[in-house]
Amino acid sequence: MQRAVLDRLIADRAAKTPVASITELGSGAQGLLYLDGTTFGDAIPGEVIQEARSALASDRSGPVEQGGRTYFVHIHNPPMRLAVVGAVHITQALAEMATVAGYAVTVIDPRRAFAQAERFPSIKVSTEWPDDALNVLKPDRRTAIVTLTHDPKIDDPALEVALKSDAFYIGSLGSTRTHAKRLQRLRDKGFDERALARIHGPVGLDIGALSPAEIAISIIAEITKIRRMTGDARDEAA
Amino acid sequence: MNHDAEDILGTAASWRAAGRQVALATVVTTWGSSPRPVGSQLVVDDKGTFLGSVSGGCIEGAVIQEAKAVMRSGTPRTLEFGVSNEQAWEVGLACGGKVRVFVERVE
Repeated sequence: MQRAVLDRLIADRAAKTPVASITELGSGAQGLLYLDGTTFGDAIPGEVIQEARSALASDRSGPVEQGGRTYFVHIHNPPMRLAVVGAVHITQALAEMATVAGYAVTVIDPRRAFAQAERFPSIKVSTEWPDDALNVLKPDRRTAIVTLTHDPKIDDPALEVALKSDAFYIGSLGSTRTHAKRLQRLRDKGFDERALARIHGPVGLDIGALSPAEIAISIIAEITKIRRMTGDARDEAA
Repeated sequence: MNHDAEDILGTAASWRAAGRQVALATVVTTWGSSPRPVGSQLVVDDKGTFLGSVSGGCIEGAVIQEAKAVMRSGTPRTLEFGVSNEQAWEVGLACGGKVRVFVERVE
């Protein structure tokens, strides 16, 4: 790999710019392709660029055969994101585990007593109201949103933004009874059953989790399941 | 740590900047039940220090040997690994899958 291409890929990753690297496997010739069609590096045949553009849009790395040569199209997308509403005990474990699993994590809690930086070393923490914070974050189909305060004042505004977004996973902490009441409040706000069915509640896979860390594992497991075993938001690349 | 958030390309750049010979291995095609998806990468230096993976530990040893040759020659190689044949002492994937791995020198 040429140094200029490597440096550029590293800069794109830091800037969270989606980019495809295209490598001709015989010679090692290499070019980069951006969403707007801009290219960088060695010249790549137009037919391969066309294939790479759709691969970039659909987030799928793979080989492209053209004129007897094999080109590898490698999609480098910014990390998947996880927004956690509620800087509670479970969140301390969840934020760390999600980071290890490759997510860019943001913890949101307007209660400053909870949202202390010391409680979340090296995690991004916002003390905005959840709806404001999420509107800034602009959740997309590569974003998961989890609410953990079980305080309607804080969780509900977050869920309202989440349900209007393309977030691939929405989960909400609370017992079956708490969740039923939550759904009723959202129904009263005008959300239909199809929208409400997007909320995973009680949050996480049922693995008998008790401790904050175990509950975090069950949540990560459920997010992974939705990401890998459903059609949308699949991210095959490492 | 060895996980999905690790920065393989950043590591390649910093090892190279420190004067080491470096190669990058990338999974470009998989068939059947291969353990790591397309796009998975491993970075290795001339001493065999490596980070990342291209399988569940089945073929890394062979990939690292090939990577050392690629570091010397500068010519990239595409390696194919399939089901292991125990009698022939071949390196292969116990899971029964097949992978193609592209190995290139970091200039």
